[in-house]
Amino acid sequence: MKPFDDQGDLFDLPLHKNPDRQSSHISQSSHISRRQFLQGAAALGASAGLGLIVPASAFAAPQPKRGGLLKLGMGGGNTTDSIDPTLLPDWVPLNQAYMLMNGLVEIDAKMHAQPELLESWEAKPGAAEWILKVRKGVVFHNGKTLDADDVIYSINLHRGDASKSAIKSSLADVTEITKIDPLQISMKLKSGNADLPYLLSDYHLLVVPNGFKDWSHPIGTGPFVFGEFTPGVRSLFKRNPRYWKSDGPYVDAVELIVINDATARTNALISGQVHAINRVDFKTVDLLKRSPAVSIVRSSGGQHFTFLMDCAASPFADNNVRLAVKYGIDRQKQLTTILRGYGSVGNDHPIPKTDRFYAADLPQHAYDPDKSKFYLKKAGLSELKVELSTSDAAFAGAVDSAALFQGECAPAGIQLSIRRQPADSYWDKVWMQAPFCMGYWGGRPTADQMLSTAYKSDAKWNDTHWRDPKFDALLLQARAMLDDTRRRELYREMQLMVSDDGGAMIPLFADYIDATSSKLQGATPHPLFNFMGGRLAEHVWLES
Amino acid sequence: MKRLVLQRVLAGVLTLWLVSVLIFVGTELLPGDVASAILGQSATPETVAALRASLGLDHPALQRYGLWLLHFLHGDLGTSLTNGRPVSEDLLPRLYNTLFLAGYAALVAVPLSVLVGIASAIWQDSLFDRAASVLSLASVSMPEFFVGYVLLLLLAVKFPLLPSLAAVSPDMAFSERLYATTLPTLTLLFVVAAHMLRTTRASVLAVMGSAYTETAILKGLPKSWIVVRHALPNALAPIINAVSFNLAYLIVGVIMVEVVFVYPGVGQLMVDAVSKRDLPVVQACGMLFATAYVGLNTVSDVLAVWANPRLRHAR
Repeated sequence: MKPFDDQGDLFDLPLHKNPDRQSSHISQSSHISRRQFLQGAAALGASAGLGLIVPASAFAAPQPKRGGLLKLGMGGGNTTDSIDPTLLPDWVPLNQAYMLMNGLVEIDAKMHAQPELLESWEAKPGAAEWILKVRKGVVFHNGKTLDADDVIYSINLHRGDASKSAIKSSLADVTEITKIDPLQISMKLKSGNADLPYLLSDYHLLVVPNGFKDWSHPIGTGPFVFGEFTPGVRSLFKRNPRYWKSDGPYVDAVELIVINDATARTNALISGQVHAINRVDFKTVDLLKRSPAVSIVRSSGGQHFTFLMDCAASPFADNNVRLAVKYGIDRQKQLTTILRGYGSVGNDHPIPKTDRFYAADLPQHAYDPDKSKFYLKKAGLSELKVELSTSDAAFAGAVDSAALFQGECAPAGIQLSIRRQPADSYWDKVWMQAPFCMGYWGGRPTADQMLSTAYKSDAKWNDTHWRDPKFDALLLQARAMLDDTRRRELYREMQLMVSDDGGAMIPLFADYIDATSSKLQGATPHPLFNFMGGRLAEHVWLES
Repeated sequence: MKRLVLQRVLAGVLTLWLVSVLIFVGTELLPGDVASAILGQSATPETVAALRASLGLDHPALQRYGLWLLHFLHGDLGTSLTNGRPVSEDLLPRLYNTLFLAGYAALVAVPLSVLVGIASAIWQDSLFDRAASVLSLASVSMPEFFVGYVLLLLLAVKFPLLPSLAAVSPDMAFSERLYATTLPTLTLLFVVAAHMLRTTRASVLAVMGSAYTETAILKGLPKSWIVVRHALPNALAPIINAVSFNLAYLIVGVIMVEVVFVYPGVGQLMVDAVSKRDLPVVQACGMLFATAYVGLNTVSDVLAVWANPRLRHAR
């Protein structure tokens, strides 16, 4: 970490700049001393609990400046991209979509649901019926005023038989959406869900005018207005002068240049051709930090890497074999080798430290070949021969990680053979099908969503085929619960079940790493995604 | 001459048709289709089926190929399956970029390498000849992305003379475009110059060993005059071949350079389209590349005949 500039002992840390966006949450504005902050920062850094931004200037509450052309260099774009909210297949279209459109609910840097185009929400007892209030006076780029019909139309793009939406299955529990009046909507669910606002924060749930279909020229209520767009190459969007939020956007226009090659991205930042880049190569972060003109924005969140064991088939149907694998990996070494330390070790369940229901007191699975042998013996095996399917499509460094694991699990009596699979059909032909393969999850805003997506018995993406009726019952029970204390206990139990019995070995949680030029100010970590959860363009400003 | 051109054009059209069939079959054989490729990890059987139906992928393969061919013959490249835009809208600006870079590189590389090749032949075994040999062999032995990164490090990062990104846009002025594409051009120069240079040198020297050059030497003509007046015209055919081969390479083979310098050319478009199984785009790119190859080959063959009086006046 770079030394902080001396900005005096006291500085402001305003968490919310815009008072009208806090209708459901109380504003917290705290004054902390520089010393306290540094102590806190050190503690957080040690536990890698929260992301930290390096330059002090971001904490010194400088005044945002208006104007300028913001240039972003981003990986994760293809010539096949489109800004259709039902698809948004990669990082670049996600960021472009957030420039043009707004969501219903925004997740803040503390992982709390904040009102966006929904001004407020209220659950009827049992949380199976909700009243959603649409924000008043918001205007689309085409001059239309936002109302309930627009919101209902936008949600329904993801529902129904003909929908190809990526979040179709997570909205399957929504049974009915009706308009009460021009600014109120009633939403009914199959069963209670206390986390509905979080469900509605999904980045696919963006709002367009009622009946809108022209995804090659999207119209939204977002901070920027559509200008030029060449898929996989660049986009240029101009500032929306009528934007409804008062804290941005500060720049006149934003140009996004797709740079998929990590080296080219880094070069573009160093040579001053862009102001910020996403997805910094873990191997070069330490080198980049040496450059005085560059700052690193590091965000810890829910992104994690998985080794998936098929619990429905031999040999992993026996939990002893699964435990043997879980004790056969050196997580610390994986962390320092694959991520160069930019992440944290996982404990074989998908809930990150940033989640409000994270159970900190669970025993951590550690590297112990003797324990592995013990569990193999318990399963009646003297050694385990198994094939691991992998590809760098699973995550950057997956093949290296598999090779490292191969060496680590050998002393435990696990003979691993590695099968490299083609990257472009990996999710289609290998994932969910090979008995032992690798994968990743980008994380979800809530524990309920993560566990429902990949661990519930009947989940579409139950990628380990792990089935436990008791777990399913707990999940449904916790979902409908509005009392957080009791809920916390249930989530702790579920984390324990997945960790000790589930089919996923989760060795690593990986940080999101961005780098910014010193000209760019206002970039802060966000646990959800790179680039402030995809909303960087509306928050940052340029120093001349 | 006319007959030769006609023959070559007809053969070219047939080749193009075969290429289109091969591309279609090849893309069909790849595992997965555009629907599963677009949805990626988030695919479920239902959403894949819905997307497939909305894209018309549920029709039989032969019918889809026939429909594509019909549209293609009418000059309609179709619509991209992944982003829903007309293929020409994505392809044409990139084609312009590709041709711009190829033209820029060719304008620098062709005269330079032919001249240095001739000079090497004139001063055979001199220090100049050896230096040119070593340099060109060294540059052709290094992969182009490596050359690109070394040039980037030197000319964009250490001594910031040139931009590291060649991300050109349609509203750029011509001079800006030249400036932005100078680094990729330099890289390409290193990659293509060696072949042309060495072919020029070798074919000129081959002619220099023939009886009539010996006569010219005995006649007392200066060596440079012999090379330019007597040897070069007879060595032109292989040189034209090498040049056209490298021109074709500049159009169809520069994907690595596009990636390193973030240059929006056709190569990247085709790679993206193949990985997403976006057939209309793959077909359009394939047709374009095949046309470039077939066309340049035809031109070079015709030129070779024209350059050779014995073939020109064949009886």
